[in-house]
Order: sequence, then C-alpha cells, then structure tokens
Amino acid sequence: MAIKVLKPGLATTVQDLGRPGYYNIGIPLSGGMDRLATRAANMLVGNDEGAAVLEAVFMGPELEFTADATVAVTGADLPPKLDGAARETWTSFSVKKGQVLSFEFLKKGARAYIAVSGGIDVPVVLGSRSTYALGALGGFKGRKLEAGDELPVGHGKGAKDGRSVPANLRRAPGNPAELRMVPGLYWHRITEEAGKHFFADTWKVAPEADRIGYRFKGGRPLDFVPRQQPFGAGSDPSNIVDACYPYGSIQVPGGTEPIVLHRDAVSGGGYFMVGTVISADMDLIGQLQPHTQARFVGVDLDTALKARHEREGVIEKIRAALS
Amino acid sequence: MPHELLSPLPGTFYRRPAPDKPLYKNEGDEVAVGDVIGLIEVMKSFNEVKAEVAGKIVKFLADNEEPVMAGQALVEIA
Repeated sequence: MAIKVLKPGLATTVQDLGRPGYYNIGIPLSGGMDRLATRAANMLVGNDEGAAVLEAVFMGPELEFTADATVAVTGADLPPKLDGAARETWTSFSVKKGQVLSFEFLKKGARAYIAVSGGIDVPVVLGSRSTYALGALGGFKGRKLEAGDELPVGHGKGAKDGRSVPANLRRAPGNPAELRMVPGLYWHRITEEAGKHFFADTWKVAPEADRIGYRFKGGRPLDFVPRQQPFGAGSDPSNIVDACYPYGSIQVPGGTEPIVLHRDAVSGGGYFMVGTVISADMDLIGQLQPHTQARFVGVDLDTALKARHEREGVIEKIRAALS
Repeated sequence: MPHELLSPLPGTFYRRPAPDKPLYKNEGDEVAVGDVIGLIEVMKSFNEVKAEVAGKIVKFLADNEEPVMAGQALVEIA
C-alpha cells in the first residue's frame, strides 16, 4: 500500500516520536513538535504510539490512497475532507482505495498530524523514521514531501471508524499562550529589571519560527550585567563560551528576540540562555501560528516535573478512552 | 458577486516581490488566472499567492506587510 502525494502542502514531513541519543554529536531529536497529538493520531488508527505519521504545518497536503486504510488527523484544527466530504479531526475514519484526502484552510493551531493504519514505512535511520530536513536525514528521502512522491505504508490492523479523543483531553494554547520556563544557568547575566520585564511583556511569534526554533518579538530588549567577556566568548554581551543547548532552551541573541529551540535545533553554540521551556509545554509551541501572542512564566523544577507527570496522566487517559 | 482571494497560509502579506520593486498589482488592474498578486512570508519562505479567477481587482482587503490568517480575504476580484 502507498500514498500518492498529489499536493505536498507547505512543509509536510514524516515524523515519529524522534531520534533521542545523538544530540551530543549534533543530531537533533526531531519527531513531531506536538508529541501528544502524534501519539493520539497513532492510537486512533490502531498503530503503536511511535509509528511514523505526517506532520503538516499551516496547510494540508492532498493525498491519494492506493489501498483501504484507517486515518486520523489530530493537533491543529485543519479540517480534513475525503473526496470533498468533511471529516472530523481527532476522530478515526476509513478511507477506501482511490479516495483523496485533502484539507480546508487552517482554523486554529499550526500543525496537524495525519496517521494512517500501518504507519508511514520509510527506512529507520538512527532509530527513527523522523525527518531532519536541515541534515537531509531520515523521513522520505531526508526532505519535506513533494508532488509525485509515493509514500510506503506498513501493514496495520486498523481501527473502527468514529473513535474519538474526548475534547477535554485535547490541548491547545491559550491567547496569549503561557509558556512555563525554568530560569537557567545564565540568568545572572541579565539585570534584575530585565528579568522582570522578560516575564511581564507579551511577545509575538515571528513569521520565521520553524521546527528548529521559535522566535518571539515585541518584548523589551534585555539589559546585561556588565562584565569583561571571558576568553572564548564573543564580544556581544549575549555571547558565552560555547555551551550545550538543551531542547526547549531560550536563547536571546543580542538580548532582543528570544528563540526557543525545538525538535530540529542545533545542539550547542555561543549564545546565553535565559532558561528552558518545561517539557510539558513544548507541545504548545508547535501549535503557535505566526503573530500570535505568548508570555513566559517562570517556574521551579518541582513544578516542571509535576507538570510533566500531569501530561503523562493525560496520555494515559487517552489510552484508556481508546482501548 | 465579486470573488475574494483567500490567503492559503498564516503569515505576513507582501504586495511587492522585494522592498525596492513595484507592486505586483494595483487596484483597477486586470488579472488573469495564475497571476501573482502577492507573497505570504512564513517559516523563512515566501509563497506566491496567485489569482484563481480572471477579472479586475476591485480592492485589496489586506495591506502590505499586514499579518494575515489562513483563509483571510486578501483581494476582491470582479
């Protein structure tokens, strides 16, 4: 069985739960930016939660199926259509051989996850089928989809039509989105005043935000505590001696526009980081459209771990609801 | 009933190919199917927005450099 790509969308890629274990040698995590939506899409169609799905950003692809399958679309409110007839998001539906899946305009959120029973069966590279487009690694030929591509699909048992993730277990960012973060090792580099307005200001997602990093604009620039730059650090006060960049870390080059590193990020460099967005809120970033508002909320590590535990609880509830 | 051309993407709308270039189209201009009327910038890429019907541009409904949502009307063609 295969899926023929009639129209690719803007930047549709094959993603699973990622490629952990190689960040220390510069190969990022990759995988779906909204992990809950990735897992839920797979659960709805009877796949393992870590099967490969399609991540469509801002705009849906147009896909023709060469065999019957079960399909589900989760994440963003990107309404699916089957041969032109509306289908629900977050709900399984069956597709017959020869039918075409397309999408309406994006209504809410940013990234939709399209799961197909059997999973997208591209080769596993370093333990994952995820696409890392910048490094031309994994996924379908290491790149976003193009018209004319034929995606191999594995064998799946499928699932019944109309299975749905209860609405209270879905999650979408508020307006402004609240992104909780733990202040980091370099927090002392900015003035107390700068630290206050970093949290007080409302930021806006920059149009260039992508899988590598989400850039935010519109808050006041951060002032730095004066110092003589140490040997090995660049001359700008936002420079540090090269360090590791965690997934979720917030760098602020020049003190002006915070960038939250996401699934396809570089693993290190010479910009100071104010802190790290907690793992429980990273899914929300994947659903932010350009020009939408966000605020950073400082929390401690205990709160971050508790929030992570709560997110795991929600996934457990989705499993129970669909079992 | 005039036709409204909708933005396929969220992002920033531009009415010219580059800051020092003339506008793609002005109000009152004739357009053919496939004519570029503007760009949407998102994720470091500039995506052309093309007319889906032929006619005359009645009015631009989004300004140059305006943030737009997917499905938002950009221009009215009659």
